Amino acid sequence: MTTIDLTDTTTGDAAAAGTAGTAGTADSLLPDAALPGEHRLSQLEALESEGIHIIREVVAEFERPVLLFSGGKDSVVMLHLAIKAFAPGPVPFPVLHVDTGHNFPEVLAFRDATAERLRLRLEVASVQDYLDDGRLRERADGTRNPLQTQPLLDAITGHRFDAVFGGGRRDEEKARAKERVFSLRDEFGQWDPRNQRPELWNLYNGRHRPGEHVRVFPLSNWTELDVWRYIARERIELPGLYYAHEREVFDRDGMLLAVGPYSQPRTDAEAESVRTETVRYRTVGDMSCTGAVSSDATGVEDVIAEVGITRITERGATRADDRLSEAAMEDRKKEGYF
Amino acid sequence: MGTPTTTTGPTTETQVPLDDARRGTLLRLATAGSVDDGKSTLVGRLLFDSKSVLADQLDAVERVSRDRGLETADLALLTDGLRAEREQGITIDVAYRYFATARRSFILADCPGHVQYTRNTVTGASTADVVVLLIDARKGLLEQTRRHLAVTSLLRVPHVIVAVNKIDLVDYSQERCDELAADIRGVAASLGVADVHTLPVSALVGDNVVDRGSPRTPWYDGPSLLELLEELPTGDDPDAESFRFPVQVVIRPQSAAGSRHQDADRYRDYRGYAGQVASGVVRVGDEVVVLPSGTRTTVAGIDTADSLATGDELTEAFAPQSVTLRLAHEVDIARGDLIAAAHEAPEVTQDVEGTVAWLGDRPLLPGSRVLLKHTTRTVQAVVRDVVGRLDLDSAELQPAERLELNDIGRVTLRLASPIAAEEYVVARRTGAFLLIDGQDGGTLAAGMVGDALAAVRHPVERPGAYTI
Repeated sequence: MTTIDLTDTTTGDAAAAGTAGTAGTADSLLPDAALPGEHRLSQLEALESEGIHIIREVVAEFERPVLLFSGGKDSVVMLHLAIKAFAPGPVPFPVLHVDTGHNFPEVLAFRDATAERLRLRLEVASVQDYLDDGRLRERADGTRNPLQTQPLLDAITGHRFDAVFGGGRRDEEKARAKERVFSLRDEFGQWDPRNQRPELWNLYNGRHRPGEHVRVFPLSNWTELDVWRYIARERIELPGLYYAHEREVFDRDGMLLAVGPYSQPRTDAEAESVRTETVRYRTVGDMSCTGAVSSDATGVEDVIAEVGITRITERGATRADDRLSEAAMEDRKKEGYF
Repeated sequence: MGTPTTTTGPTTETQVPLDDARRGTLLRLATAGSVDDGKSTLVGRLLFDSKSVLADQLDAVERVSRDRGLETADLALLTDGLRAEREQGITIDVAYRYFATARRSFILADCPGHVQYTRNTVTGASTADVVVLLIDARKGLLEQTRRHLAVTSLLRVPHVIVAVNKIDLVDYSQERCDELAADIRGVAASLGVADVHTLPVSALVGDNVVDRGSPRTPWYDGPSLLELLEELPTGDDPDAESFRFPVQVVIRPQSAAGSRHQDADRYRDYRGYAGQVASGVVRVGDEVVVLPSGTRTTVAGIDTADSLATGDELTEAFAPQSVTLRLAHEVDIARGDLIAAAHEAPEVTQDVEGTVAWLGDRPLLPGSRVLLKHTTRTVQAVVRDVVGRLDLDSAELQPAERLELNDIGRVTLRLASPIAAEEYVVARRTGAFLLIDGQDGGTLAAGMVGDALAAVRHPVERPGAYTI
């Protein structure tokens, strides 16, 4: 068990920021502000400025941008940057959610409340609609993450979106580590990792031909820990399941899956036993393949401490679909996935 | 603060990257080198030995290594993420990695070494604070080494570290390392790279990568690679620069969907110019000039979402902050305009002489029509003349009629409308430009205003050079 000291004792910041450690004092807990009079940005300030710059470039150079918003923490942070980028004006583009039909109800409620509060136009592309009319078929393993690609591409084409903001981060996965900030997709939505444009300085080239679109990743350079530290610094609200709560779960392939309408424990010879545990989610997605982790982290500071010492990556801990093969994400991305 | 519990897997002693809240500790580095110099292995070693590799990633690497019949884990698999890369055992595209030590956080651009991917090295180096250049101790300096040093010099990357890798394969020979260090100094000097630190490493075994004082290289008593990276000074000093602010978007809450906005009434007459400070510092009350029009006005206010929400007005902004400026007079300003300090404004011009790294598959020929993107402004341009091409062996500019893929050369361009161009050697952010194919939209060249090769041909001690 490792104990970590969140206060920074190697510089004067911690002393200047006061005693740290109580709930609700995330700012002093994580001294991140530059001292007055010093013309240097902290890491989070630099990442925030970079993200805002990217979002403004897109709004200036594209006709119909859209932001992918699932209610997950990365998309919430991305939306937060978009709000900051255009204040005091409104966010000048709609948000799009590709709904697997297997979402956590509290995340959907959070999604709707956020759109309502910010008066955003929310478009929903529904995997369930595609299953109902036969355009897609349920997979043998029951997971729906891979099924999102077609509704996503159809929504992009149907609304003629030419720039699509995604919350992907390069630290998430090996194929994502190769992604540009501005990532060109052909008319089939495909990513060609071997033929990416050079991306130089902060001069982003968003030019594309009719039918093509550009995926834009404002959080490219953020890590999971940066996202959480920023959530603490900005006091950003998230769906409750990111924090420790009690839930009925069962073990499957080394992951804790929630008992719910889309994920039932096996009752056959290899029966999976159900128990109540204190858990939280590191990512949110299709309930049937998104695992929870055992955790007592009830507040954002606890989560930061936890993320700081975890030995398992975010996706490794929680996404069954990325375990299919060494190149599962690359293959999905090439076909037009997020 | 309670003792945190681990969530999954066993907890091992780790360096928790929470210390990175300290100011100015983010360092951007790029790796470069030829094929098979061991870059991916070195990066894997840095990540592994700094405990930035998590258990499941390591499991995957070990599994694949075993499948291939290897005895030890192939650390290159940590960064070679694409299917083709793993199949061919090479790195194809820039991979970005993130790691942190107790002292600093790092963004690492792992750039491929194969000659056809030089454009990716340019990509990685354009944002780097330091380039780590690998050479194979057995092979010595190759054409790619020269090319990468030239690119580093051209892009004015502040620091260069040369890692003489595979030192274990030359029996940890001090003589060989000294010989290569002398070679590197010679080439670096001819290419105008003043600040080079050379050290012997074995990425495979781990000598001098993270821990200093490998017992197998007793003759090297300098810092390890990671220690060097932790100590390098970063970034530019806004106080030493002129204020430059390319306008990205004009913010007028009343115009776009304003009626739906909750503060529509309050900000009925709001007009602000949003952008990221490219260089320098600006204060409320400063006199500024808007280019290319030349209109003068003063800064009436500096806003961010936070300052608007709290009412605490900002008195200044500095690079690279993203802010919104309000100006004292109603002037006609649009995206692509540059707001600059009035007393030290750049010239505007339609004739640009620049140095380009040509990244296009088709050659650059006089008469070519392209788009030029400079700051937030994109204009049409025609190539007047190809002045010359850099010969890497002699480090001289040779006469040339065209530039081919991966060539570095000088060109003159005529623009359809003026830009506020500055010498790249003075101002990286406002001296850089792209050349873009107007038809397919591809990026054709990394461009630098002015004679960026001057530094290559006439090496001088760079200001702010870091000496160990």
